[in-house]
Amino acid sequence: MAEMLEVSVLTKRFGGLVAVNNVSFSVREKEILSVIGPNGAGKSTLFKLISSFLTPTAGEVRLKGERISGMAPHIAARKGVVRTFQETTIFKNMSVRDNVVIAHHLRSTASLLGFFIGTGAAKADEAAFGQSADEILALLGLSSLAGETARNLPHGHLRALGIAIGLATNPSILLLDEPFAGMNHEETMRMVAMVRRLRDLGLTILLVEHDMPAVMKISDRIVVLNFGQKIAEGTPSEIQANEKVIEAYLGSEDEAIGL
Amino acid sequence: MTRNRNMEIASVVAFLAIVFVAVPAAISASGRFDLYYTLTSVALLSIASAGVWLTFYIGRINIGQGAYALMGGYVSAILVMNYGWSFWWTLPVAGLFCAAASVLIGLPILRLRGVYFAMVTLVLTEVARLLALALPITNGAKGIVSIPLPGALSVFGLTIIPDFATLQNSRLAFYLLAVTLMVVCFGVMYRLVHSRIGKLCQSLQQNEELASSIGVNIAYLRIIAYAVSSFFGGVAGAIFAAISQSIYPSSFTVTDSVNFMLNCFLGGLGYVFGPMLGTLVLYFGWDLLFQTGEFQLLIYSGLMIVLMLVLPNGLLSLAETRKKA
Ligand SMILES: Nc1ncnc2c1ncn2[C@@H]1O[C@H](COP(=O)(O)OP(=O)(O)OP(=O)(O)O)[C@@H](O)[C@H]1O
Ligand SMILES: [Mg+2]
Repeated sequence: MAEMLEVSVLTKRFGGLVAVNNVSFSVREKEILSVIGPNGAGKSTLFKLISSFLTPTAGEVRLKGERISGMAPHIAARKGVVRTFQETTIFKNMSVRDNVVIAHHLRSTASLLGFFIGTGAAKADEAAFGQSADEILALLGLSSLAGETARNLPHGHLRALGIAIGLATNPSILLLDEPFAGMNHEETMRMVAMVRRLRDLGLTILLVEHDMPAVMKISDRIVVLNFGQKIAEGTPSEIQANEKVIEAYLGSEDEAIGL
Repeated sequence: MTRNRNMEIASVVAFLAIVFVAVPAAISASGRFDLYYTLTSVALLSIASAGVWLTFYIGRINIGQGAYALMGGYVSAILVMNYGWSFWWTLPVAGLFCAAASVLIGLPILRLRGVYFAMVTLVLTEVARLLALALPITNGAKGIVSIPLPGALSVFGLTIIPDFATLQNSRLAFYLLAVTLMVVCFGVMYRLVHSRIGKLCQSLQQNEELASSIGVNIAYLRIIAYAVSSFFGGVAGAIFAAISQSIYPSSFTVTDSVNFMLNCFLGGLGYVFGPMLGTLVLYFGWDLLFQTGEFQLLIYSGLMIVLMLVLPNGLLSLAETRKKA
């Protein structure tokens, strides 16, 4: 299978702290790769490096062979790397539908001036975005909430909206930071099924998650970080049997790896 | 949908009829010609406030519009006095000059958020005043005075606007000029806000990180909004200089910058026409309180605080709640 994303010897220092230390791995096309690790292991920092929100101290990230580290985040997004955030991130005072419509922005063919004047291209964009937004909302089970102001959504739906926003950008690879956080079992399982469906539709997905049962269920492969370093990589069953991983989790105050 | 559209058109027509026909008719009937000056000021101040409102719309508290109004006034005055330009050419040039300056200033400061941006813009107004005092071309504290009234504007030999100096009633002419520009300004703002650009601005206001992760060039959009804002400030300042036929370092001060911001708060940050209503109410409110003498500022400030507590979304939110109820 072809490689979608390649992370090579990536390092990020914050002063004396090495949050990400010499990490290398790659994500194949149409796979779900999970990054796990105890709190503070450097997972979110890794995501910020991949999505170009941070510039690496050393190393690089390549998308389909093209170096993307060092680009502005909106350029990386245009190239196809889009992330959702660990914290709930939506445009909270817009309607659910507007959230998804606006996220189509980087598919625009019209310029800002075009949108101002209301040219044919701008109108065509608007219509296409609206239609695509409705499809995405349907896919994520949010259609009935389309007119609701985003901040009024229950937690599970907020997460779904975050993913809907990511999807609207038509990414090559979608980065999900703790998509199941704060969800009950039922919501989590629904979301797991959803993410797998996105993968089946052709999306490549990289995710960070603490919910081990969900990670084991959803992932094709897993990368484990501890103190910024990669300590293991493999299939869910390989990771569950890995001594180093078990040790890292037992050594921390994090819940056990859920075997 | 079409009904809404009809309502919109009707409101616009009614508004135009009021400002271009009813107001001048009422003024000439009552003989209160001083009102022209008052209303011209309101129109110009609301243009400057509209600019401030636009920076609010991208999530920045702008207390620096006075700097651009001052800059616009000086650019126009200097071009007229030192280079013999027609006022009409200086008007767009003053706006563009301010827009260009705001791009240079905005590049570093628009990264700041919240109170940091607000403080820097506040300082900007003061810097503009000090520069006007210090630069040779602005003539220091004496300012630039005896600026001639706007001359005639002709295109292909056709006089579109007559020479203001030859008019019997230049106050009416200034009123019509200011109101026309106000209508254009708010037309542009309305269009901006109701096009995708408005939604993009909102996305910046609500979550810059997310906006940038969905591919919005946030730095570019911030600069554009700030430049448009400063353009409005510059144009308003240029006309002020022309009306008062003078400009001084103290023509626009920190107080004005703060007032532009208050106009937006009062009218409502969520409504395009908020700054227009806010300016009107504040301007007349301040004048009415003149009777109270030394208590004017105290009562004024007290009322503003109460209003912000009771109506955090501005005066126009009153109309909205009534519509919903
Ligand atoms: N901007 C920053 N400046 C300084 N230190 C930082 C910064 N961002 C993260 N860190 C530090 O880097 C380390 C890794 O943080 P990171 O957020 O990547 O961990 P994480 O694996 O996502 O943790 P969690 O599971 O709690 O989300 C932590 O020690 C954190 O304090
Ligand atoms: Mg994290």
